[in-house]
Amino acid sequence: MSTTESTYVIPEKRVVTTKPRFSDKVFRAVVTTGGLSSLIVLGLIFGFLLYQGFDIIKSQGFDFITTSRWDITYDEAGNVISSDFGLSAMLIGTILCSFLAVLIAVPVSVATALYLTFYAPHWIKKTMVTIIDLMAAFPSILFGIWAYIILMPSGVYWAKLINHYLGFIPFFENKDRYFQGSPFIASLILAIMIIPIITSISREIFSQAPLDRIQAAYALGATRWAMIKAVVIPHGRNGVIGGAMLGLGRAMGETVAVYTVLNIVFAINWKILFGVGGNVASLILTKFGEASAYEIKGLMAAGLVLFVLTLIVNFASDQLIRRMGGSGK
Amino acid sequence: MTTNKIYESILPTRPWQASMKDRLTTGFVLVFALFIATLLVKITGLSGKLGFFVVFVIVFVTLTSGREYRRFGSASAKDALVNALVAVGTFLTLIPIGSIIFEVISKGYKGIYLGLFTSDMSLNSPNDPANVGGLGHAIIGTLILVAIALVISVPIGILTALYLTEIKGKFSQPIRFLVQAMSGVPSIVAGLFILSAILYPITKQNSAFLGSLSLAILMIPTVARTSEEVLNLIPNDLREAGVALGGTQWRTVAMIVVPAAKSGLLTAVILGVARIAGETAPILLLAGGGDRFNLDPFSGPMGSLPYFIWNSFKSGTPESIARAWTGLLVLLVVLLFLFSAARFLGNRKVGK
Repeated sequence: MSTTESTYVIPEKRVVTTKPRFSDKVFRAVVTTGGLSSLIVLGLIFGFLLYQGFDIIKSQGFDFITTSRWDITYDEAGNVISSDFGLSAMLIGTILCSFLAVLIAVPVSVATALYLTFYAPHWIKKTMVTIIDLMAAFPSILFGIWAYIILMPSGVYWAKLINHYLGFIPFFENKDRYFQGSPFIASLILAIMIIPIITSISREIFSQAPLDRIQAAYALGATRWAMIKAVVIPHGRNGVIGGAMLGLGRAMGETVAVYTVLNIVFAINWKILFGVGGNVASLILTKFGEASAYEIKGLMAAGLVLFVLTLIVNFASDQLIRRMGGSGK
Repeated sequence: MTTNKIYESILPTRPWQASMKDRLTTGFVLVFALFIATLLVKITGLSGKLGFFVVFVIVFVTLTSGREYRRFGSASAKDALVNALVAVGTFLTLIPIGSIIFEVISKGYKGIYLGLFTSDMSLNSPNDPANVGGLGHAIIGTLILVAIALVISVPIGILTALYLTEIKGKFSQPIRFLVQAMSGVPSIVAGLFILSAILYPITKQNSAFLGSLSLAILMIPTVARTSEEVLNLIPNDLREAGVALGGTQWRTVAMIVVPAAKSGLLTAVILGVARIAGETAPILLLAGGGDRFNLDPFSGPMGSLPYFIWNSFKSGTPESIARAWTGLLVLLVVLLFLFSAARFLGNRKVGK
């Protein structure tokens, strides 16, 4: 009889909220932590290298990057009496080789990128892009051994030619006639290693050149080169410079390939054809084997200098590539 | 029949395409330039491949641009000049890679035999011929090194990519830069870091695990950047659909976005492996290297392909250098395999 008094349960009002659920909070926390890992790793690298190398940097002060020595004196018990570390020859060698490598690599890379973007038929473009990507993935030991066995004889021959015809320029001077393991050959192999990097960045930037301007240039009767000069190069200049800087950073940090070809000596040498050079990364590899615990600290400090150097170069390249934007003058 | 005729008459013509005559002329100029270059090299004191190449390029460029100049004037001549220069640049890019692949194959194939993959070097000296001993221990070592690095770096790399594409928090821009900076960290610095942070203070001995840690540092940025690109390609509709069905962000990402990007993420991982498989400097510092099988990643030096190649190369005898080339060939084949796998997966449509 009293069925009408059935139980109507009015459901509670649904809560509409934008507050994330618990699971989402966990998810966001985990992903954010993962995302910050690069910061943590870079910070740890800097921190530990500084911690280990601090003694050396403190005792050497600014001399660490302005003088060129690597001496430790021990007493009979093996304790360190005095030590003298200075990286200037290595730093100058690193910078010289990598700048020279960029100088060689940029024209070749830009030409390749232009060819691939505006000249090549589709199938050639596809194959070449694959080959260049593959080349970018080659390990440095492959380049190193190839450079030592195959490239070195040709490199020495080219160096002799340059020296013969241009030897009057101080840069190409080589009175001692010693051509093996010169910075020139190290730069050649570094250039070969960074060509794929600069090419692929330039290609990406050239392919973003505004199509309407390209078509406008053609419609005005421009030849392909006139179009490139008027549209593509103004558009891509900063990006190419950024790519070159990225290549510079890679070249500075390269270890094994340089170690195999370069003759590492603690002397500042600006004559690129003379077989004496320096390189921070290779120095670490050379000295590491027989280094004492104290010397290792010096190597850590050298690693720190190299790390900071590549970080600065990378930062600059990042800024340039990002600022490239879409402006074509 | 009549329709065919009509079609022919309205078929589009492509006046910008090179005609048969143009192609023939270009071919003729090419042959002529080759001829002149040979002649000049023979007559004058120039010699060698380099001299020939330089003379050939100069002659070819002058001939083509001269012809263009006579036909269309200076603008066209400049265009032809740049055309030739650009082709030369591309050729210069291709020479080293061609030479590398050719030398590795022609010098490395002699050392390939069946026992190579099953035996180690513990009973050999550097003077033994190439068909004694092998690099089985090195292959196993590289597999272990890569596997541990993979386990560490893949989650971190993909989480970084998810942060950049899904959460898009306020740190996105700095993190993108830091990942870029991390990919520029020299491999020897990564090795030194693990050396100073773990090997000297804690373990005090070489082990594969430490090598893997440094490899992971080098692998994370590759995985993160490639994954970010792939996740960016996933259409936003999928994410919106997931949220519209009442899914939380966690469910949407885990059940929709990541499965949709599966093959792309796999490509990212493979490219990361290709990046570290041949890495030498940190291995020399941390994992050391042995010439016998060692399956324990936490104690003792472990051989690896890069170490095997390095060591054989440093030994300096002709036999051991031949062995180094064989090791390079094996490494190259591994890389080619990884690379074509990445290509194959990458070419499949994302979102399948």
